[in-house]
Amino acid sequence: MSAAGGTAARLPILSDADLSLVRQRVRAKAQELGFGLVQQTKLVTAASELARNTLVHGGGGEMEMTEVTQTGRHGLRLSFIDSGPGLADVEQALTDGYTTGNGLGMGLGGARRLVHEFTIDTAPQRGTTVTIVAWASTPVDSPVVRR
Amino acid sequence: MSQIPVIPLGDVLLVSIQGELHDAMALSLQNDVTMAIEQHGARGVIIDISAVDMVDSFLGRVLAEIAACSRLLGADTVVVGMRPAVAITLVELGLTLPELRTARTVADAAALLGLWVPFQTPRTSTAPPEEIDGGSGTRDVS
Repeated sequence: MSAAGGTAARLPILSDADLSLVRQRVRAKAQELGFGLVQQTKLVTAASELARNTLVHGGGGEMEMTEVTQTGRHGLRLSFIDSGPGLADVEQALTDGYTTGNGLGMGLGGARRLVHEFTIDTAPQRGTTVTIVAWASTPVDSPVVRR
Repeated sequence: MSQIPVIPLGDVLLVSIQGELHDAMALSLQNDVTMAIEQHGARGVIIDISAVDMVDSFLGRVLAEIAACSRLLGADTVVVGMRPAVAITLVELGLTLPELRTARTVADAAALLGLWVPFQTPRTSTAPPEEIDGGSGTRDVS
């Protein structure tokens, strides 16, 4: 990804209350960047799924939020970082219905469908970092005709 | 944070989720609804999520489990007021929750349940549900 990164914000993910804070901060930033309502909802939902994974499966961690710009369009890059047990089989973890917790097994695979870019870096005993990028549907700096 | 009110209304329980829902609150809601069904002998549960701006797989599962528990206690559950953006997101997430009954409004849900709800207007054919007057909408108190 060749996107230029802006300033990064870091939020801890150590409790239920932190999940709420992640959702609020992601929503506020997506609104600020001009995401449409559906895009906002998809991104906030993906962030909620991934933050919960970080908390439940990773034993806690943090989210890094960075504004990104690419050929005139604005986006948001979110990284969910934990140093938990890691995933032994990434493909299996991305399969719908696969769960080790008490969820519906939609977290990882579902989150991937809600965003434009999705990468996962994991290894057993080394932790997991899931990074997603979503772009505002219309370029914020597209010419606006006013009269 | 306080809990979500579960309001007995005739034969149904009305639950209106306002704003941000913490995981712990969602789980206590499941408990509260189940207890309230027994306490009030309710035969239906209407859960209004019109103020909820995000439903992830956790909250979806809680809603489905509330419906399943209610079903076992003899009460039907209808979720009302889901926002379009939430519906689109749930479908892409892969969570269509076929076991969860939905309606657009509380009045629609009451009609669907066919239970007695105070203030429920009788449904006549397919007439438009509401005809708001075209006035200013404000009321002078002078």
